Amino acid sequence: MIIEALIAFTFVAALVAFVLPDRLAGRGAFALSLVPVVGSLYMWSQFDASGNALLQGGQTAFETTVPWLQLAGYEISWYVGVDGISLPLVVLTTVLTSLAIVSAWTPIQHRQSQFFGLMLFMEANLLGVFTALDFFLWFIFWEAVLVPMYFLIGVWGGPRRKYAAIKFFVYTNAASLIMFIGFMALVLGLGDSTSSFALPDVAQALRAGELGSFYGLDASTLQVVAFAAMFFGFAVKVPVVPVHTWLPDAHVEAPTPVSVMLAGVLLKMGTYALLRFNFTMLPEVAVEYAPFIAAIAVLSVIYGALLALAQQDLKRIVAYSSVSSMGYVILGLVAYTAYGVGGATFQMVAHGLISGLMFMAVGVIYNTTHTRMVGDMSGMADRMPVTTAILIAGAFGYMGLPLMAGFAAEFFIFTGAFQSTVIAGNGLALFTAAAMFGIVIVAGYLLFAMQRTLFGPFRLETDYEVGRAPLHDTLPLAVLLVCIIALGVAPEIFFSMITDAVDPVIGGVLQ
Amino acid sequence: MGQLPEWTALAPVLILAVTGLVLLLIDSIDADTTNSALLAGVSTLGAAAALAATAWSLATGVGQDNGAILLFADALVVDGMSLFFTAIFTSVVVMVTIASYDYLHGHRHQGEFYSLVLFAASGMALMASANSLATVLVSLELASLPSYVLVAYLKQNRGSVEAGLKYFLIGALSAAVFTFGVSLVYAATGSLIFADVAEALSGGEFVGIAGLGVLMVAGGFAFKTASVPFHFWAPEAYEGAPAPVSAFLSSASKAAGFAVAFRVFVEAFPLATIPEGINWVLAFQILAVVTMTLGNFAAATQENVKRMLAYSSIGHAGYALIGLAALSAGGSANGNVLGASMAHLFVYGFMNTGAFLFIAMVERWGIGRTFEDYNGLATQAPVACVAMSVFMFSLAGLPPFGGFFSKYFLFFEAIENGFWWLAAIGALNSVLSLFYYSRVVRAMWFEDPSGPVELGSQPVGLYAALMLAAVGTVLLLPGFPPVIETAQTVAGTLFA
Repeated sequence: MIIEALIAFTFVAALVAFVLPDRLAGRGAFALSLVPVVGSLYMWSQFDASGNALLQGGQTAFETTVPWLQLAGYEISWYVGVDGISLPLVVLTTVLTSLAIVSAWTPIQHRQSQFFGLMLFMEANLLGVFTALDFFLWFIFWEAVLVPMYFLIGVWGGPRRKYAAIKFFVYTNAASLIMFIGFMALVLGLGDSTSSFALPDVAQALRAGELGSFYGLDASTLQVVAFAAMFFGFAVKVPVVPVHTWLPDAHVEAPTPVSVMLAGVLLKMGTYALLRFNFTMLPEVAVEYAPFIAAIAVLSVIYGALLALAQQDLKRIVAYSSVSSMGYVILGLVAYTAYGVGGATFQMVAHGLISGLMFMAVGVIYNTTHTRMVGDMSGMADRMPVTTAILIAGAFGYMGLPLMAGFAAEFFIFTGAFQSTVIAGNGLALFTAAAMFGIVIVAGYLLFAMQRTLFGPFRLETDYEVGRAPLHDTLPLAVLLVCIIALGVAPEIFFSMITDAVDPVIGGVLQ
Repeated sequence: MGQLPEWTALAPVLILAVTGLVLLLIDSIDADTTNSALLAGVSTLGAAAALAATAWSLATGVGQDNGAILLFADALVVDGMSLFFTAIFTSVVVMVTIASYDYLHGHRHQGEFYSLVLFAASGMALMASANSLATVLVSLELASLPSYVLVAYLKQNRGSVEAGLKYFLIGALSAAVFTFGVSLVYAATGSLIFADVAEALSGGEFVGIAGLGVLMVAGGFAFKTASVPFHFWAPEAYEGAPAPVSAFLSSASKAAGFAVAFRVFVEAFPLATIPEGINWVLAFQILAVVTMTLGNFAAATQENVKRMLAYSSIGHAGYALIGLAALSAGGSANGNVLGASMAHLFVYGFMNTGAFLFIAMVERWGIGRTFEDYNGLATQAPVACVAMSVFMFSLAGLPPFGGFFSKYFLFFEAIENGFWWLAAIGALNSVLSLFYYSRVVRAMWFEDPSGPVELGSQPVGLYAALMLAAVGTVLLLPGFPPVIETAQTVAGTLFA
């Protein structure tokens, strides 16, 4: 019942925050958001799942199934539970939401109660996305995340916020529709082999090869078409090149705490869904088209990094580097080895923390300087030493320095990719080698930007007093940094439960 | 139920009609009364009592467990379907009468307003119970005549009067078309009772005359449901009418049109036995596609929110028509498709009424009607704007609101019954609709008000009705199972 309690509590908390007076809303929302944090940590401490939630022999933790309704003979139910893949993401969601709420205290100065209400509303739906095991339930949460995001960007964003909000909404909503059709085609193609939309049922029936023909498409074509539809739908969310263009707009216009949630958690919805749907349900297709997927992954890594290199806006730099980092996740998934897929899942958490840290740090600087342009500032280290130190630490994490979460994640992914045999003749190793160049570019643009903004003589043309950030701006950064180092020093915190859930996924195809 | 006489099954209709009469009585005792609390209270109580009676009948299985109850020489029937639709009408009336308490503030002739609403509602409830083409005619007029007057209620307002006149003229024309269609069907079959018509038609005589009659009857329903090609009155009437009346017409009156259309075409012209020459499914497929597409495209180009809602209401008529368009002789999921359409109308009753009531609120505040006038409204009235956003997203079919399930069930059942292309066109239209619905949301939340906005009073009744509709729209997602199950069960019995 703990999952239901968490989701329900967060919904109620959202309502409470919405009606709180503006001056209390920030503090109130933070206090309320601590309950899900404690809840998710409790779940972690009591976690006893084994295997993968979707596959044969998998045992989820905190599972609940309540029949909900019938759709043309298919059972739809309230079906939630967590396994080793979803639990880390649940913890990430609750922790990052709390920190994002704190980081919103300074920049959000109007309509606070609405802002914090929407943040909590989004958290509740995100928790639903990562715990739902019935397709309809999952899809409801998946789509419902868009609604608060749309408002958060559109109301509190920068000058082009309306454009960015609409673009975000239209892109991701259209993608969801295509994905929805793809999945429905699979379920209908399964015919009588499944009588529900429960993801485990569908996954196991598909793995058992029970897919039939549907509207004139034979099973193998249907598989490919559905895979493509779902891949496209999730790729927009991730996002991968060339369907990434909504992301920089959304990020740049969104206020800092919303960027944190967007990069930290929302992008993970896409990779999480890719893993759950495409790579778990249709492994043969994934392997068959591995070269294409790997090429897209490499393209995202390199192109995203090059785009970041070309930016002048600190926030844009971090935004584009997300495209790059998520490319690694795709690469790890397509490797289809324990280290690859496990590393990809680990990277979801690691990138959530690191990108959250980066966005927050850039936000803290922006709060005092009111600019994000690399060319406008110099020598920030003199005035904001603590923030500078944390920002640099975060940048090191992004570059993948050892003992940071990013290093562990990338190391797992590359190890897995080099071991991979999905492309004949060790072909994936070539793709991986190419992708690793991304690290060089990342180091390049981050160091370059840091050097120009943080060091040297202080110069900033502004009327504002530039000084140390208030404690409540810096503390979330410190918490994130501690998490990043903890995961880097001891990846086992999550990695063993991740591999436990990942192993069955790859066991099916490539022994 | 055994001890009660059979006519008591008509309790919801009778309660509505009696309440209308009581209102007239109150009004005649004190003709100049402006005691709107009394009038609104009595009408709301009456509608709520009718709703309660309907719910009770549905729950206890009146007309369902032991078969439909036929009354007055088979002219009326009380079964699950008629009760289901009566539930839609009465819940809409409850919301509309609560909201009218504030909307009519300061207007004269309030007693007449409420009694006309209740008479129209009893006409609609009768429409859902009609089992003979003659009863259809009578109840259709009983529902329509008060509606004409209600549209023109703001008689100092040129728009309102003009809308009433247009509505009346087109209504009269389509009533004539419909009546002529009925007479042709009568000429071909020699009966007005649905079951007898169906039996006579299966003989295959006078196919030409009967076919023409069926087509003209379909035209009559197209008017009532605001479907193409008889939709021209709808934007004018909805825009000109007082907003609660627009809510009433576009939700309840439309559902009533569908109630009769469903029953007439499924029971009187059943696909299984009707001669091949009368292919009304094809007609409804064309109607559905054209109606939803035209409605949505027209809605996308409006600058006036009320007009946009009017056109979107035409679009939704197109979705509901899938209930008839996706039928096939002996189709395995016929009952499910029709039921999904009915369930969509149920959810629509809440979300669309709510949307028009929000407009009533805005009109009460005297803000204006274009998208621009809505700019920045959320800073002034966040709670009402949350409700409006819920309606907009629900109408667009986004989760987590009731409209999501009702639309997906409709499309999914259409696919199940073999009409994937209808579902595809519906889904595409649905995506398009998000564009114009989100314009309202954007104006309310994202834009800054163009000038200082003073909202003045907080209308309690309107707020209450709005909250009722919003809570209903949200709760219809988790609470959708009983609605869809009831709808599909009662629709299934029509095909049994």
